[in-house]
Amino acid sequence: MTVTKRSLMLAPWIFTIGFFALWEIVCRVFGVSSFVLPAPSTILAAIWEYRSQLTYHAFFTLWMTLAGFGLAVVFGLLLGMMLGSSRLINAGTYPLLVGFNSIPKVAVVPILVFWFGVGWVPPVMTAFLISFFPIVVNVATGISTVEPEMEDVLRALGASKRDIVMKVGLPRAMPYFFGSLKVAITLAYVGSVIGEQNASNVGIGNLLTRASAAFEVPLVWAALVVLAILGVIMYAITAAIEQSMTGWAQRSQMAA
Amino acid sequence: MPAFVDIHDVTHVYARAEDGAPAVQGLDLRVQEGEFAAIVGPSGCGKSTLMKLATGLQFPKQGTVIVDGQQVGAPVKLAGMAFQNPTMLPWRTTLDNILLPLEIVEPHRSRLKRHKAEYVAKAQALLAQVGLRGQGEKFPWQLSGGMQQRASLCRALIHEPKLLMLDEPFGALDAFTREELWCVIRDLHAAQKFTVILVTHDLREATFLADRIFCMSARPGRIVAEREVSFPRPRDLEITYTPEFSAVVHDLRGHIAHARSAA
Repeated sequence: MTVTKRSLMLAPWIFTIGFFALWEIVCRVFGVSSFVLPAPSTILAAIWEYRSQLTYHAFFTLWMTLAGFGLAVVFGLLLGMMLGSSRLINAGTYPLLVGFNSIPKVAVVPILVFWFGVGWVPPVMTAFLISFFPIVVNVATGISTVEPEMEDVLRALGASKRDIVMKVGLPRAMPYFFGSLKVAITLAYVGSVIGEQNASNVGIGNLLTRASAAFEVPLVWAALVVLAILGVIMYAITAAIEQSMTGWAQRSQMAA
Repeated sequence: MPAFVDIHDVTHVYARAEDGAPAVQGLDLRVQEGEFAAIVGPSGCGKSTLMKLATGLQFPKQGTVIVDGQQVGAPVKLAGMAFQNPTMLPWRTTLDNILLPLEIVEPHRSRLKRHKAEYVAKAQALLAQVGLRGQGEKFPWQLSGGMQQRASLCRALIHEPKLLMLDEPFGALDAFTREELWCVIRDLHAAQKFTVILVTHDLREATFLADRIFCMSARPGRIVAEREVSFPRPRDLEITYTPEFSAVVHDLRGHIAHARSAA
């Protein structure tokens, strides 16, 4: 069977709708209690019922995620450039970085609360801390893997380390960088929700905590669905930016 | 007359070499200004080390390297380089790739913005010379391997280097394209009179292009034979089928075979 362009376009919709249809059918046929697993129709009704509340909190989640993500991009690029251009710094800081990345960020939230109190800072910081690592690693990899011949050509002309990073390393690292943004945006999102659940009075994460404490199961599910939809949208935007910024990388691979 | 490139009794050990074995030892060679020199030898004989020494990317542990009357203690800046891998940057057009050295090397670096048109015209003239007229707006990945290698030659020559270093530049090309590029580099050398050091495995290539051929021994590399090639210029590809030409190639082959068996 050949896969046509049109069937590739339709596939995500068909699979998504099919998934929810199956879910709905299972719930109805087996009469699953909505306390255990509400049917999609019940969740949809809940989304509609709590729409103003959900919109209000989603807005906070959105900007906190984007703020943390923005910080991660700036910091990740800078640190990645440093690590990529110096083998010494790279070797020296790697264990620290990996160690730090291994700490579950939910465990860091209490510390953030000691420092900054409950509010918008812990979710933004959690989003930042959880999402900068893939950016650093990818930018550093892109810069440190410049072809030795290319480096020789430029160094023989008297190029400084900085020249090489700016002219070759950084542009070369862009496909890695944008690739890592897709990972980072979803991580930032997880980070801000964790932060909201533990140390904020706004945001979908906070709404989730309160709804589950009050056993408002449909609202919990509605919040989860809103989170998933927002996540898909943010991922899609990042992927589209990647596509438009580093088309050369995909085309040159197709030509090769 | 002092030689343009004078490598005198050079021994070089890479800092990262674990056994501390030298890559080249007692290396001695002289190339006159405007001369086309070729260096042939078995693989791993330190030809690339020689390239790095002559361009100031590495400094010898012992001995001296003099280029253009000055002892090399920093990257020489008057050299253009091309390698087997054309290393074009895929996010730049071919033209912008060729202009890249001008963004690095003075005095062009500070002039480039204001005199862009002049430099672009120069790059286009070079492209025409290597048979890529009007291809500057294409991206490197839209060009064939041979065309990329031509563009890579343009990049090596855009800043009018006095010394052109070629490290097996045609090694990855098919035989016909390779011969075409021999003629391209032959004509560029005839027109611009720069000094060339060509590192190659291909003895016919060395014999066709060079005025002087150095044979290197296996690692640690040193020069085991030096011979002049006195075929008159301009040379036509036809000479590669003459008995005199074959005799030179055969003689070189003997030296390489000896160097390999000695290893």
